[in-house]
Amino acid sequence: MHATPVVNDFSIHVATVNGSGSQTANTVLMRSIFQMGVPVSGKNLFPSNIAGLPTWFTIRASRKGYIGRKKEIDLLVAMNPETGKDDVMDLAPGAAVVYDEPLALAGLRDDLVYYSVPFDKLVAGVCPEPKLRKLVRNMIYDGVVAHLLAIDIEEVRKALFKQFGERKRKAAEMNWQAVLAGQKYAVENLTKADALKVERMDATHGRLIIDGNTAAALGCVFAGVTVLTWYPITPSSSLAEAMIDFLGRLRMDPESGKATYAVVQAEDELAAAGMVMGAAWAGARAMTCTSGPGISLMSEFLGLGYFAEIPGVFIDVQRVGPSTGLPTRTMQGDTLSNAFVSHGDTKYPVYFPSSPEECFSMATEAFNLAEKFQTPVFINLDLDLGMNNWMSELFAYPQAPVDRGKVLSAEDLERLGGFSRYLDVDGDGVPYRTLPGTPHDKAGYFTRGTGHDEHARYSEKSEDWIANMDRLSRKFESLRGAVPAPDVSFNARARVGVVSIGTSRYAMEEACDQLRDELGLDTSWLRLKAYPFTASLDEFIRAHDRVYVIDQNRDAQLLALMKLDLDVALLTNLRSVRYYGGLPLDARTVFDEIARQEGIR
Amino acid sequence: MSTPTAPVKKTNRLGLDVLPYRGGKTTLCAGCGHNAVTERLIEACWELGVEPWRVAKISGIGCSSKTPAYFLGQSHGFNSVHGRAPAVATGALLGNHQLRCVLISGDGDTASIGLGQYMHTLRRNPAMLYLIENNGVYGLTKGQFSATSDLGAKSKSGAVNAFTPIDCCLAAIEYGATFVARSFSGDKKQLAALLRAALSHDGLAVVDVISPCVAFNDHEGSTKSYSYMKDHEEPLHEIDFIPFFNDIEVELEDGGIREVTLHDGSRIILHKLEQDYDPSSRLNAVTRLHQASDSDEVLTGLLYLDQTRPSFTKTLNLVDRPLAGLPESMTRPDAAALERINEEFR
Repeated sequence: MHATPVVNDFSIHVATVNGSGSQTANTVLMRSIFQMGVPVSGKNLFPSNIAGLPTWFTIRASRKGYIGRKKEIDLLVAMNPETGKDDVMDLAPGAAVVYDEPLALAGLRDDLVYYSVPFDKLVAGVCPEPKLRKLVRNMIYDGVVAHLLAIDIEEVRKALFKQFGERKRKAAEMNWQAVLAGQKYAVENLTKADALKVERMDATHGRLIIDGNTAAALGCVFAGVTVLTWYPITPSSSLAEAMIDFLGRLRMDPESGKATYAVVQAEDELAAAGMVMGAAWAGARAMTCTSGPGISLMSEFLGLGYFAEIPGVFIDVQRVGPSTGLPTRTMQGDTLSNAFVSHGDTKYPVYFPSSPEECFSMATEAFNLAEKFQTPVFINLDLDLGMNNWMSELFAYPQAPVDRGKVLSAEDLERLGGFSRYLDVDGDGVPYRTLPGTPHDKAGYFTRGTGHDEHARYSEKSEDWIANMDRLSRKFESLRGAVPAPDVSFNARARVGVVSIGTSRYAMEEACDQLRDELGLDTSWLRLKAYPFTASLDEFIRAHDRVYVIDQNRDAQLLALMKLDLDVALLTNLRSVRYYGGLPLDARTVFDEIARQEGIR
Repeated sequence: MSTPTAPVKKTNRLGLDVLPYRGGKTTLCAGCGHNAVTERLIEACWELGVEPWRVAKISGIGCSSKTPAYFLGQSHGFNSVHGRAPAVATGALLGNHQLRCVLISGDGDTASIGLGQYMHTLRRNPAMLYLIENNGVYGLTKGQFSATSDLGAKSKSGAVNAFTPIDCCLAAIEYGATFVARSFSGDKKQLAALLRAALSHDGLAVVDVISPCVAFNDHEGSTKSYSYMKDHEEPLHEIDFIPFFNDIEVELEDGGIREVTLHDGSRIILHKLEQDYDPSSRLNAVTRLHQASDSDEVLTGLLYLDQTRPSFTKTLNLVDRPLAGLPESMTRPDAAALERINEEFR
């Protein structure tokens, strides 16, 4: 037995074959630790493939509550013959390995702790039906790991039966027998030789485990969405599918049994965006969800939405690259392009959620913002946030009422004697609109992307175009006061600041602690929640000598966006930390880069 | 001295004269077929007593797509993106399925850049008039062939089209439109009746109108010119339309007509010409279109009608009220619902 136990601070890396049913075993293992009150996160690293290629799942347990990816692996569960050797060779000295006996990995290195388990033999004992063994086999490592890490087996049982649900009790029972077989084997045959251990804590009480896509879908449903149009694309499809499920459960009119929403799986992203435009123009709360390649196809409609001033919520679950790129890897690759997509001076508000609770709350806010400001609005998730499991606060019921913005009714028109669609009545750049189907002879107006004057009449006059463009600029400035302000951790002693968006926050916060604890470097950090930026970003930069901007992309897109927005005098303070390897960002990468640029290492 | 008396204005069933059904002055060429189509559309909407505020006019890009500015000036109009009007129109109907949607497109807008959206719109059968002003040529960009140009047709510059045409009516019948007609902008009576029928149909009504381009496709060798159409148009029937609010008895000559009642009670009367034509038969419609094309005839009239398939918003089982106007109490589930979801993920 190792001298000092490492309690509630490690990562488990499970290597399996895609399509082998390992997702259930991994989720159950993660939930078991979560139920013991220990903060956890789960990251699925999967190939673009239905079955057969290697896949990895990493569970991190952190008593300090760090839930970003941890670079170092402490316990490897090696189930995949194809990757077993590489997986073992990549480990740091001292790590532990649970492996499938026939893989005979123990001979590869002598600086690791090995636990050999005969999975085929054990599964045969609990599953007489050979066809089902493949699906049950992985559950055995839950039993083995539970024993090795001192995870309460009762928590494993609870997690397993919750996962399978009431309808699949028989399957759950068979899987539970597999867990017990793994545990029994470990008790009788394995001698604990690593230091890792789970001990009960109370840091997860009242929390959820949920992925960002599901949370965003739920947010849209509680925002009062009425039209969803979409085209399947990884990693956003599960968002649309979660919405379809929630809408079916929560949004059928009890009186008529009919739907208070419409969902259309369109023929492509162009049509999905066009339907959002048409629906929102007619007064629906409309949205679509997609990923980068889909945004490219939507860009013409997005530009039209900007100029014709049509609301719409566009959720982009970002992945790596154009075309197929790396469709199952994560990136903040559309940070810059989403802010300006399309042509002829266009810009859009963009939300940067970092957690499931923000996916939920920002989705509800985004619909109000889109309708108040009559503009397409982006919500930038990334694959890490959208598809991985996160601990989350309980979702809070939205406080702000549904705000449909400046829409004139027939009564308003009667009182006003008419309206001018693009006239800036209130000085905030936001004009009034009417919806088709408003029963009044003064309601109609003509919508076009081409030049128009403030009465919505066709115009190619320079002065009309300039006036319109300037009003759109005023509108964007008004938006600045309506988007959420950043989250700031200010340290008066710090000369160094760090700025990030979205999921980079976890690596940023942990790296800031590492810089303080390991190098004595004080830092402040600021997490942007939306574009356009607010004045607090300027203040933050002024308050520090050097500010590191974290980007999960090669070209420092967030930094570039800041440079376009900020006072030139501030730009010399800015530095860049970039990562673009497709995996969720880890703290050590941020720590190393800041330490290097600070000349400490 | 006699005082001149103002002429009595004719009004429709809503008490409206034709003025609210008119729009801005056309900016298309004098003699353009599209202007005649616009006139027929104005008449049809006025005669049917369509409420102007209930109409959404949606178009893509091109000469035809400019025309929504020239009729129903009180209605909402949306000149959208090239080839994408079907998505915008479908979206508008999702937002408010009580709108009367009139989509105006052309042959480039529908059969080239917009073919994908066209095909998928056919499959969904949204309740709207999909009017194609088909001149076989790109006018705004000065005379290139479009995808409906016939094989062997000559352009104004003398080039010969080497590619087979896309027949929007054949596609419409094949892929799911429930009202399919072809007409000619110069055939005033037929077009007027078809448009009134199409506007009364509860489903997707595709009306493909051969509408000559006087600037770029009205010459010798063109198969979309006025003179070609005069020589080659082959009407399936003479057509009359009797709106639901008009209970005129029709004088029926024995066996000489076919009468179809639409969902709102309006009636389409098809007067038999040389042979009987049953527009409810998809197979027959397709066969007749192929026969006509083999003998260089342009078949016009009501090609196909299916009143059994539900429209898109009915398929989606939407509540009766337009989604656009639903109150928060119907679109935001209550706090207890969120509690239950929270519990599921604990």
